[in-house]
Amino acid sequence: MKDLSLHILDLAQNSVKAEATLVTIRLALDEKGWLTFTLLDDGKGMTPELLAQVTSPFATTRTTRKVGLGIPMMQETARRTGGDLTITSEVGKGTTLTATLDTTNLDCLPLGDVPGTLLSLFIGCPEKPDFLFEGSSPRGTCSFDTRAVREVLGGIPLNEPEVAAWLQDALKEEIDPIFGGVMI
Amino acid sequence: MKSLAELQAIRAKTLENIAMRKEGNDGARIVVGMATCGIAAGARPVMLAFMEEVAKRKLDHVTVAQTGCAGMCRYEPMVDVILPGQEKVTYVNLKPEMVGRIVAEHIVNGRVVEEYTIGAAQK
Repeated sequence: MKDLSLHILDLAQNSVKAEATLVTIRLALDEKGWLTFTLLDDGKGMTPELLAQVTSPFATTRTTRKVGLGIPMMQETARRTGGDLTITSEVGKGTTLTATLDTTNLDCLPLGDVPGTLLSLFIGCPEKPDFLFEGSSPRGTCSFDTRAVREVLGGIPLNEPEVAAWLQDALKEEIDPIFGGVMI
Repeated sequence: MKSLAELQAIRAKTLENIAMRKEGNDGARIVVGMATCGIAAGARPVMLAFMEEVAKRKLDHVTVAQTGCAGMCRYEPMVDVILPGQEKVTYVNLKPEMVGRIVAEHIVNGRVVEEYTIGAAQK
């Protein structure tokens, strides 16, 4: 993966496949340059057996291949900076993935296009689940909740072209002041 | 957050489009592979380019959607274009700058861009 926003897009798809109704994505950048990425879902969760092997590239739920690289790659990305990735999960309750990264480390990937990641998640999952994004950096905080959008839209899916165009502007307007260009 | 009142107006317009699409039954679908392999190969900018092109040309009958891994990861980013009543066409190794041509030639004018298809890639 070229940047962290692509990791976020990839890992959030796991929550979607786990049939979550709400997927929460949190990004918190502190004053010292540590970034904490939290992905929290209320999907079907994992058994302790699956959880124990989920950071291995040879564990996957997909049927077209025998490897699953999303989680191990994110773990590698985090560890390269001196951070780490941990996952807790409970069957029937959901899963929480936390990755910490030292963004001052030379080996840290750039953050990338966070509004673009959220927009492609919304387009790719136009009916469900809902997504809640919460971000904070030394510049302030931002949030975006698809539940508020759906309340206005009624049953209209998020991938309708005009809706998507609105989402694109709204996401940029909300998130860029907090994360735009924060990490080089 | 950007004005939700604006979204309200979009809702009214979009409802009309959806009703028209149901009557006409002429919906086209653009399906982008968004598994780990697709994302790593650059599927996100490709999906967003399709979305922008569709919005720009006001192609209200076209939907952009996602799918998982097709098991041919070396061809990612892969996109299926499905026009009503026709076989699906699979485009491979896409870049955002190739999207405009696919929309203009294939989706609007009905001529498949052969050189971008999986058939051409396998020759």
